[in-house]
Order: sequence, then structure tokens, then C-alpha cells
Amino acid sequence: MSSLISQFITKKNETVIKAQMPAYLVHFLHAVTLPIVGILVFLLIWSAAANNINTSLGKFPGPVAVSEQIVNLYNEHNESRKKEIAFYERQDKRNAARIAKDPTYNPKTRAFTGKETFVDQIGTSLITVLSGFVLAAIIAIPLGIAIGLSKALNTAINPVIQIFKPVSPLAWLPLVTMVVSALYVSPDPMVAKSFLVSMITVTLCCIWPMVINTSVGVASLDSDWINVSRVLRLPALKHIQKIVIPASIPAIFTGMRMSLGIAWMVLIAAEMLAQNPGLGKFVWDEFQNGSSDSLSRIMTAVIVIGLIGFMLDRTMMQLQRMLSWDKTSEVR
Amino acid sequence: MSTLLDISKIDMVFPTPKGDFTALKDVDLKIKKGEFISLIGHSGCGKSTVLNVVAGLYQATSGGVILNGREVSEPGPERAVVFQNHSLLPWLTAYQNVELAVDQVFAKSKSAAEKKDWIEHNLRLVHMEHAMHKRPDEISGGMKQRIGIARALSMQPEVLLMDEPFGALDALTRAHMQDSLMEIQDELNNTVIMITHDVDEAVLLSDRIVMMTNGPAATIGEILNIDLERPRDRLALAKDPKYNEYRSEVLTFLYEKQRKVETISTKRDTKKIAKIEQSTKSATA
Repeated sequence: MSSLISQFITKKNETVIKAQMPAYLVHFLHAVTLPIVGILVFLLIWSAAANNINTSLGKFPGPVAVSEQIVNLYNEHNESRKKEIAFYERQDKRNAARIAKDPTYNPKTRAFTGKETFVDQIGTSLITVLSGFVLAAIIAIPLGIAIGLSKALNTAINPVIQIFKPVSPLAWLPLVTMVVSALYVSPDPMVAKSFLVSMITVTLCCIWPMVINTSVGVASLDSDWINVSRVLRLPALKHIQKIVIPASIPAIFTGMRMSLGIAWMVLIAAEMLAQNPGLGKFVWDEFQNGSSDSLSRIMTAVIVIGLIGFMLDRTMMQLQRMLSWDKTSEVR
Repeated sequence: MSTLLDISKIDMVFPTPKGDFTALKDVDLKIKKGEFISLIGHSGCGKSTVLNVVAGLYQATSGGVILNGREVSEPGPERAVVFQNHSLLPWLTAYQNVELAVDQVFAKSKSAAEKKDWIEHNLRLVHMEHAMHKRPDEISGGMKQRIGIARALSMQPEVLLMDEPFGALDALTRAHMQDSLMEIQDELNNTVIMITHDVDEAVLLSDRIVMMTNGPAATIGEILNIDLERPRDRLALAKDPKYNEYRSEVLTFLYEKQRKVETISTKRDTKKIAKIEQSTKSATA
């Protein structure tokens, strides 16, 4: 009896699923198939166009050349890693041997000085952009809150912000370079100068959207919430902590997403000129190198830069979804 | 019984670019402990301004508000406000919204366990214990307003100020809320000032109905004592001649004595007042 019932239920379920299939299919088509079609069409146009562009370094790289380079760059990375491991093994062995001979010997360890691989450069770029972005956020969010709370401060600072906001990173870079060279003098530097220059340039360019969005978010606080705070006689700090900051979280996140996008764009330019060993330097070095592989390597970098930018934005969006109370706000 | 709250000869003048605008003129009212007062009048007549002055959110131009022998100069939890749009903090759950108030008002006088009991007690009072850990966007408008009331009650106010608390609710929910409020009032016997547009609501809930004249320079037109026995039952009262007499008195005041001629110019005036109020609000904020 029970098996009969369960049979009946499964049958019924099957018909339900069948009835819903078209709706699922349509959804599937929209969500998965359309983007794939879009990418395929793009690849087609790209490879067709690439075949017809001749440069002094050979044909413009098409999708096939790029995919070959991805494999190449990855293999180069693996080989370099192997060399590095071997280098440290040799060094350790040598040091161990000398200590065995002479116990008072103070072993020297030297860092591996091989050329950075493409994968290492991605890592450097990510670290640089995130440091610059975090530094910008640490300055921008408190500043934005202060500006949002005080109309007078807003009137005073707004012109300065509006003037610096549209400045290109390339204009900042020489100044930052000179200032860092003058002030960051240390016999045993913790980080490279080129890293500092790139990071500060990123900070200078991506600070403004965060300041503006935070201040607008704070200034447009619902007057009812302010009245609640006044009726409760919340002290100033508690008012900021319990009302102002949570209320402006959605606006703060919007600013942070915009800023991170700008930071990533600025970084590539900054690395090119500051010679920070990241993706920007990779592009520049390949351009200077001018081998037959250069263009396809640069094109690979372009695609990787795009993918990482996209991933950074998605990560920020997920963070916003997780942390913001305002689930109704359009997140796209 | 002695006077708990003395609204003493309040004038309210808003400065505008075109000269001063007198919103309230000589509003004078004494309220006893445990009284339920309704303020009724046409929109734009300054009911909310009176309430905001009592709350301390506005400062009267002349005259003042005396609570328990002390003049009111700023907002405070002893004059808790239930706002029209619930004004719950959307990032906090119902429990946390009440907790914010309780933590502030009873910071030293209650232990953590006592605070928890007190928060839950107040949520139970408004029948919201089942939605304690929901956020405002997960519950209905009536439920949000219940939590707004629980938050105000949890401050243990000497006067509870309600600014059209049920104005944004549908008729059935509103009736439900009125019954709840009467039930709470039976238990706590709070002193309440409530603004309303709804004649039935005013007669059903109040001990006295304060009817305001139209602005500018609005003031108290008439005060009607509602002498109906409590607990009151809306169904029984619907057929009660005394209830209907009160009802028609309020209606007569609103639609005969203070008939609002809605010409385009007065409409513009009400808009202007709203604008002025908005700007002073943001200026004081």
C-alpha cells in the first residue's frame, strides 16, 4: 500500500516537473546560453579582425595565440618555482655544511633573485591595489562621515574634493615619486619604493568616490531616525555608532565598489611608470621587449586584468549583500 | 488630580524669507496624570507642531511646556514619541530596536537580565513576542507600528506622544491597533497625547478631545470631554446615543465651524507650512 502511494507521488511529481520544464528551460537559456553566445560571437569577430591587422611585430594576436600564451606563462611560472626551490635547497645544504665544519659560522641566507613570473606579478598587483584601497578607505570613510554630519565642513571641503576628483593618476605620479624618494629614506626598506609610489597613487585616485558617497549617505539620513536618537538622548559617539554608520552602510558600499574599480584601472598605469613589479610592468616590459610573442602576451594580460577587475567587483558585491541591511537596494 | 503636563501659552513663529509665519498662537492646555488626550484638526493646522514642542524637538517662540514642574527644553525619553512612519531602525530586529531604547534609559538602573525581561515584557504587551527577532522589512505595517509603541512604552515615559500612529494603516488593522492600545491603557494608565484625523478613533480612545482651529495662528477651538465608561467596546458604542452625540459634535466642529475651504491658495499655504516645518526640522537636527 505504502509503496503504491509513493509510486503515485513520484509519478505526480514527475508530471509537475515536466509541466515546469519550459519555464526552467527559458530561465536556463537566459542565464547561461545567452552569455555563452555573446562570448562566442566576440571571439569570432576578434579572430577575424586579428587576422587582418599586421603590425611590425607580426599579426595581431587572436584567441588561439592568447590561449597558447596562457599555457606558456603558466609553465614559465612553474619552472621558475622549481628553480627557486632548488636554489634554496642548495643554499641550505651549503650553510649546513659550513656549520658542520665551523659551529661559530653565522649562516647567510640570500633571497632568490629570479625574474618575477606572470603569476607573481598578478599577486603583486593585487597586494598593491588592495593596500592602496584599504588606505583610502581608512581615510575616506571617517572623513566622509564628518563631512556628512557637518554642513559647514561640507561647504568648506567640497571644492577641494571636486577639484582633485578628476585628476588623472598620471599627473599625480611624478609628484608622488619625488615625495616618496625624498621622505622614504631607509637603509633597510620594508617595502620597495615602486610599491609605495603605486600604492599612494592608487589611494589618491580612489579616495574621492568613497568620501563623496559616504558623506551623501550620512547627510541624507532619515529625519525620523535622527529624532529617535534625540528622544533617546544618545551621546554623539553613540549616535554615530548606532544610527549614522549603520544607516549609511549601503551608501558606503556603493562608494567602495566605485573606488575599487577606479583603483584597479589606476594601478595598471601607475605600475607601468613606477616600475612596480605587477601587471602594469609586465605589459610595459613586453612592449619594450618587442619579440614575436609580445603582443599575444600583452593581450593575455589585458584579458587577465579584465577578469580580475570583474572578480574584484563581484567580491565587493557579495560583501555588500552579506553586510548591508538594505536588501532591497539594487545590486548589479 | 493635579496637573502633570502644562502646555502654557505657546506661540510658534517660523521665520520665512517673506517674513514671519505664525503657525500657533496662544495654545494653552493642562493635562492630568493618566489622561488620554486627542488632538484633532484639519491637516496643516499645526497639530504636529504642538506635539513636537511637547516632545522638545521644536522650541516654542514664546510660552513653554512644563512637565512635573520642570520646563521642557530638549527631547527626552520621559516624553517618548511614537512616530507616524514607525521609524524603526531597519538594520535592527524588533528586539534590538527596543533594546536600543532600554539600554539607554535603564543603563544603570537595570541589570542585563532585568533589561532582557523588560524588553520581552514590552513586546509581549503589544503581542509581538512571536516576531521578536524579525527585522522591520520582514513584518507588516501594523506589526511595525506595534513595535514602535513597544519601544516608546519601554522608556516608561511620563507622557506618551503619538503622532497619527495609525494613520498609515488600513481600516481593519487600525481597529485592531486601537483595541490593543485600549487594552494597554487599561493596564498601564499612561498619560497620552495622540494626534489623529479620525473622528471615531478620537471618541473611542480619548478622555478629552482637543479640537484645533485652522491655521495660520491656529489655536485650541473647543475641548470635548468624553464621558464614556471604560472598558469601551466599539460594537456596543456604535449604537450608543451618547457616543454618537460626541461624534457629531466633533464632526460639527470640523465641518461647520472650521470648514476648510480648499482653494488653490490655501493648498499652497499648507504646502508652504510643510516646507517651512521641514526646513526648521533640518536646521534643528
